[in-house]
Amino acid sequence: MTTTVVVTGLGIAAPNGLGTQDYWAATRTGKNGIGRVTRFDPSSYPSTLAGEVPGFVAGDLLPSRLLPQTDHMTRMALVAADWALADAGIDPAELPQYDMGVVTASSSGGFEFGQGELEKLWSQGSQYVSAYQSFAWFYAVNSGQISIRNGLKGPSGVIVSDEAGGLDAVAHGRRLIRKGTPMIVSGGVDASICPWGWVAQMAGDRLSTSDEPTRAYLPFDADASGYVPGEGGAILIMESAESACARGARIYGEIAGYGSTFDPRPGSDREPGLRKAVELALADADVAPGDVDVVFADAAGVPELDRIEAEAISAVFGVRGVPVTAPKTMTGRLYSGAAPLDVATALLAIEEGLIPPTVHVDPDEEYGLDLVLTQSRPAQVRTALVLARGYGGFNSAVVVRAVD
Amino acid sequence: MSTSEFTLDDLRRILLEGAGVDEGVDLDGDILDEPFEVLGYESLALLETGSRIEREYGIVLDEDLLTDADTPRALIEAVNQQFGADEPAAA
Repeated sequence: MTTTVVVTGLGIAAPNGLGTQDYWAATRTGKNGIGRVTRFDPSSYPSTLAGEVPGFVAGDLLPSRLLPQTDHMTRMALVAADWALADAGIDPAELPQYDMGVVTASSSGGFEFGQGELEKLWSQGSQYVSAYQSFAWFYAVNSGQISIRNGLKGPSGVIVSDEAGGLDAVAHGRRLIRKGTPMIVSGGVDASICPWGWVAQMAGDRLSTSDEPTRAYLPFDADASGYVPGEGGAILIMESAESACARGARIYGEIAGYGSTFDPRPGSDREPGLRKAVELALADADVAPGDVDVVFADAAGVPELDRIEAEAISAVFGVRGVPVTAPKTMTGRLYSGAAPLDVATALLAIEEGLIPPTVHVDPDEEYGLDLVLTQSRPAQVRTALVLARGYGGFNSAVVVRAVD
Repeated sequence: MSTSEFTLDDLRRILLEGAGVDEGVDLDGDILDEPFEVLGYESLALLETGSRIEREYGIVLDEDLLTDADTPRALIEAVNQQFGADEPAAA
C-alpha cells in the first residue's frame, strides 16, 4: 500500500500578508499586494509594479550570523521554515537528524546578493567579493540553509522548473517520504526584485508594463497584457500520515495526486501538455473530475497561455464545470514560490470552507471558466487542484485533499 | 591604514561585519583562546574574515595561516607578524 503523505505545517511570506494568519485574512477578503517597486527605483524600466512582501525585517527574525551570508529570498525562506516547523509542532532538535530532509523549488537563486557582489567585483576588485557569494546566489541555497539551520540531514535537493517547480518540489518531497524519510520540509520562496533580477525577468517578454496596480495583471481578462512579478512563497511541512498521526499532529490535508508533462516543441501541431498533467494528477489521486471542488489556476496573464489553460480546464471539467480561482492576482507571480503558496491556500480553503477570490479581473466569457471573482465564495472544499506552468514548457498539477 | 597593531577589538569588529555572531555566543567575552569552531566560525567565515583583514590593512595573509590559526589569539598574532614582515619596507 502506498504511503499517504500529508501537510502538517505552513509558513507563508506573501506580498499581501506575512505569516499564515495575515496572508489568509488578506486573501479571503481580496486584499491586493501589488504596488510600485520600492526595493529599487524602477522608473527607468518599462515595468514598475511588483508584489513585495511587507514588513519583513530579517534582523528581527534571524541571528546576525546568517545575515552576511544570505540573500533576501533565503532569509524569507528560513523564517517561513521556522514558522512552518513551529506550526507543525516539530522541534527538529528532538528528532533523528536523518529522518528529516528538505526539497525546495527555485527559479532564479539569490539575484540581489549576486548583484551586490558583481558590483564589488567590477568597481573594487575580486578581493572585495564576499566568500559567501560561493553559495548565497545558488539555486540550492534555500534547501541548504534550511537544512543547516535545523539540522535536517535526510535527503535534500532543489527543483528548478520555474513556477511548475513549486509543485515538482512538493511531489519530490512526497516521493522521498514514500521512500522512507518521515518528514520533509518543502515548498519554495523566490525573490529577485533588484535591477539584475528585473532585467532577467523582462527578458522573458511576459511582464506587464501597466503602472496601474489594479489593471496590470488580468489573467483570463480580454485586457490581459502579461503578469506582475512578486516575491515570497510558502514552506510546507510534509509527513507520512502514519508519522503525523502517531504524534497527534494537526493535519491540513493530503498531497493526493501529482502529474507533470512537457509541452511539444514550438510549431508542433500536437496539443499542449497541461490537460494531460491534470489527467495524470487526477488519476494518481484516484478522483474523478466531478470530485474536484476548485481549481487554482496557473493564470499566466498572457492571452495565448490563458487560452491554453482555459481549454485544458474545460476539456477535463466541462465548460464552466468547476470553480476556478487565481488568488495570485493579489500577489503577482512568485515563480517557484507561487504554487506552494497556492497549495497552502488550497489547504486553508479546505479548512475554512471558502474559495478565495480572483481580483480585478473582468473575465472574457469566451474562456468558459467559472471564475470566483471579487469576493470569496463559501463552498465545501474537500478536493482542490493546483496548476503551475514553467517558462519553456513545464506543466505540473497537484491534487490536495481533505483528510477525514 | 596606518595601524601597526591588530587587536582583539579589530578582530571582533571584522568578524561581526563579515560573518555576524551565532546565537548564544558572547563575542565581547573572553574569547582569545576559544577555538573559532566553538565560536561558530567555520572555514568559509574565516576565509571572509581573512579577506577583510587583507583589504583593510593592505597585507597579504598566507592561506595556511588562516587554516592553522584556530583561535583569535593565534590569528591576531599571525596578523601582527605579517605587519612586522611588511612594515620595515613601507615605513
